[in-house]
Amino acid sequence: MASRVSFDCDLVTDFESPADEDGVHDSFSQLIQEQCHGLHDVIEMSSFDLEEESRDDVEYLEAPDYQRSDSDALQQTDHLIGERWSSDTLKVLSSMPSRTIGRSRGAIISQYCNRTMQLRRRKQSRPSIQHFPRSARPSIRGYRVETDGAGFEEEENKRERLVNNLQNLSVNDRVRMLRAMPLSLAEKKELRMLVLNKAEHSVSQNQIPCCSQLKYYIIIALRHGWYGWLSFLSSLQLWQTALKCVGGRFGTGVLSYFVFLRTLLFFNVFLFLVTGLLLVVPQAIMHPDPDQNVSVSSTWGLEVLTGAGYFSHSVLYYGYYSNKMLQTGCSASRNGTSCTSGLSYNMPLVYFFTIGAAFFVTCIILVYSMSKSFGQSFRIDKSKGLLAIKVFGSWDFKVIKKSSVRLQRANIGTQLKELVAEVNRQKQKFPVLQRLFRLFIHMLAWIMCLGSTLACVLAVYYFSEYMHRDLHMRAHAGSSDPLLKEASLLAVPVVVSSFNLLLPGFFNAVAWMEEYDSPSVLNYVSISRNLLLKVSVLGVLCYYWLGRVASEPHLLRLECWESFVGQELYRFLLMDFIFMLLDTFFGEFLWRLFSQKALKRKRKPVFDIARNVLELIYGQTLAWLGVLFSPLLPAVQIIKLILLFYMKKVSLKMNCQASGKPWRASQMTTIFITLLCFPAFLGAAVCVTYTMWTMQPSQRCGPFQGLKTMFQAGKLWVQELAAVNPDLHWLASAHAYLVENPLFLFLSAGIFLIVIYFHSQVVDGQRKIIELLQEQIENEGEDKKFLITRLQDIHERKRGRTPRRVQGASEDSSYS
Amino acid sequence: MGNKQTIFTSQQLDAYQDCTYFTRKEILRLFHRYRDLAPQLVPLDYKNQPEVRLPYELIGSMPELKDNPFRQRIAEVFSEDGEGNMTLDDFLDMFSVLSEMAPRDLKAYYAFKIYDFNNDDFICKSDLEKTLNKLTRNELTEDEVRMVCEKVMDEADLDNDGRLSLEDFQHMIVRAPDFLSTFHIRI
Repeated sequence: MASRVSFDCDLVTDFESPADEDGVHDSFSQLIQEQCHGLHDVIEMSSFDLEEESRDDVEYLEAPDYQRSDSDALQQTDHLIGERWSSDTLKVLSSMPSRTIGRSRGAIISQYCNRTMQLRRRKQSRPSIQHFPRSARPSIRGYRVETDGAGFEEEENKRERLVNNLQNLSVNDRVRMLRAMPLSLAEKKELRMLVLNKAEHSVSQNQIPCCSQLKYYIIIALRHGWYGWLSFLSSLQLWQTALKCVGGRFGTGVLSYFVFLRTLLFFNVFLFLVTGLLLVVPQAIMHPDPDQNVSVSSTWGLEVLTGAGYFSHSVLYYGYYSNKMLQTGCSASRNGTSCTSGLSYNMPLVYFFTIGAAFFVTCIILVYSMSKSFGQSFRIDKSKGLLAIKVFGSWDFKVIKKSSVRLQRANIGTQLKELVAEVNRQKQKFPVLQRLFRLFIHMLAWIMCLGSTLACVLAVYYFSEYMHRDLHMRAHAGSSDPLLKEASLLAVPVVVSSFNLLLPGFFNAVAWMEEYDSPSVLNYVSISRNLLLKVSVLGVLCYYWLGRVASEPHLLRLECWESFVGQELYRFLLMDFIFMLLDTFFGEFLWRLFSQKALKRKRKPVFDIARNVLELIYGQTLAWLGVLFSPLLPAVQIIKLILLFYMKKVSLKMNCQASGKPWRASQMTTIFITLLCFPAFLGAAVCVTYTMWTMQPSQRCGPFQGLKTMFQAGKLWVQELAAVNPDLHWLASAHAYLVENPLFLFLSAGIFLIVIYFHSQVVDGQRKIIELLQEQIENEGEDKKFLITRLQDIHERKRGRTPRRVQGASEDSSYS
Repeated sequence: MGNKQTIFTSQQLDAYQDCTYFTRKEILRLFHRYRDLAPQLVPLDYKNQPEVRLPYELIGSMPELKDNPFRQRIAEVFSEDGEGNMTLDDFLDMFSVLSEMAPRDLKAYYAFKIYDFNNDDFICKSDLEKTLNKLTRNELTEDEVRMVCEKVMDEADLDNDGRLSLEDFQHMIVRAPDFLSTFHIRI
């Protein structure tokens, strides 16, 4: 440990902690000086029983206790604080690694020197499990920190070594190390300059051949380019000021809703770019097939709402897309098109692969962000330490508005009081009857919620069947009022959206009657109830579209069932938006007026984060379901999200205030992203895959006309390729045996599962290691306490004193 | 990237980019924020690295810090002289550590220094009491404050010396996943 532990008593106390350096504490030397003055003044320090000694020796000191805590000190006889420590003990203590970390620049430099060394070594040999956090105690990591009582030259050496190590790291690692060092910016710049000078020096000195120098310059240029790209990206930061305002006033919880909205917007922008560039633009440039008879019947301007009418034969829907090769340089003549050579664009193939690729990339991005978010919010689940975390980690530095700061203060105060009361309170043992009663109430509440969900689902099912029959009659009757016909298309979306609006309110009311142990459990329960509702409603709708409409399109006289489904999804999306508008107006604005004027409450209502996020997820699921049938639907979703952002922001400012309940933002964000990935995206992907794999496309419209399934487009292309170019025969057979053969899919799924199982075992193992390490930390604490008391005993025995406190003036305290 | 700015040399900008978590544009934007606090004191030309130090009162009047109960400690921790008077380097350093991208260890280190009111590298009982008083100005009674301090010490102090060292603090922060998002100031 310390390099200079000596039990000689006539050491000159070299006691300056490296006070030569700036901004470093020097409490020991200060204490020494205080004690020097204090020694002449025994009366003032009568509560400490000072031992007097020869005035020359100033080394015999009190433990660095804190003057005010005398009464406490007397009580804590067991505590180290109450002990008297000799100068040598103090010296040893001051040089302990744990006391020197974070204290001086020298210590920081040497710590980072070792870290860079380890990083270099780590890069060279793959470590096994080195995942414990970097803030692990130095004794565990086993590196030695020199005492910083050492002189200035040693620090220079350490610095040299650090600079050397930094230079030998790769550029990215070096930058990461530099940024993460807790030194001041001026020192970091100095270090960096030293490293760069050294690098340049070695570059010019070694006279490396010009191509390596070229490589060096290329790397520099790439780094400049990378920084430029990052700058550009950060300048694209959408809504930065708006988010800052919201965060400043309402805190991190509400901010997470808006950040989630922005994330969804980016997903949709990506989808829109992909489908727009690859599908919409080529098809829009080329004229539609002349053999498709296009009859545009425009009714009463309801087109924007219903998506039908004028829009039904536009790029918005599947039916517009051609199933042939698009060729430039084609001229339409009376007998058909005659094409000269030009660019050809295989529309069906591109359609199929675009949708597939878009979903695949979205899946990867979702899973990646989910795992990243999970990694950040993962906590080793221990219930102790809550109070400390609340004190040190709950003040939200983003909140800047004065009233919100006051509110935050009040909230934290309340939470602290509750936590302390909880810790103090005995575990209440409810009588059996009361527990049964509570259980009964919970069950009743769940039955009510599930019952209402079931009722709602059945209502949607029967209503959609009714509307189906109604449409069937209208289609066959022929001459019906076109306005009524168009308006009746809107019936099912209105019904579904109103259920989505009203039932969560009902769930809230039911939850109000129950009693929950903690607000987070209440959150989870309400999220799961809302989720069940939305999943079941979407399930019924998918069954209706894919099971009823798509399988028997002739019933509704539909030429293009895919366009019809696309229109339905457009209508649902739009109705969802309109109802959200209504909800914001009625739910928030009017409710605030009502609660302030009629109920005379002083506080404005609180923004319901969970419910709003679930609405966003629901809307996004609809958009994902609809991409296959309506490639421009992401654009509609983008417009909707942008409008929603501003609307919610305005409504928030006017009608709501920050919540008094704690909201674990990072955990909730993880849950929301998981919900976005698992029920929402997975469900949409399953539906789309099912459609592409098994459903028969319309015979007379769309890019997959005449094929048995959409999937056949790929197969036919491969066969064509093989026919044209016999060398590619293997591709066709590979396609036949691998992609179409279910055995291959089973095998690959099995392999994935095995890999996941291995990884989960590794994580389990790591968790066990973490627990063991925590135990070790606690044991080391005990060890330290033990060793310090032992050290003190030894010192005192050497001096021939009793280990107990000596009263008054014992003049015969003499050094041996 | 071809933007003609005359405030810094490109080496200086590169150095700032490598040593903080900001990009070029953000550094320039922060420079202008710094300058807006005292336009007559801060020159527009930093190529010669002028020694300009803004007093604490100006820093503490920024809207991001104005109502933060810990603003004085934040300014003291990040300033070179320990009094809260900040140079541009200190200013950038402060917001870099408080930005989204700073890692947990770095934030924990500086959070520890902020909560350490008497600068002795330990959070002792008096530091804790001051922290609590800043957090909840008049909400808790004396008794409650004392109780909370004791419980926190019990929970977090691993080596049983009655005060929290940096490691105890970091050990505790590992178990607080929200720390990364709360110890963050958007600028």
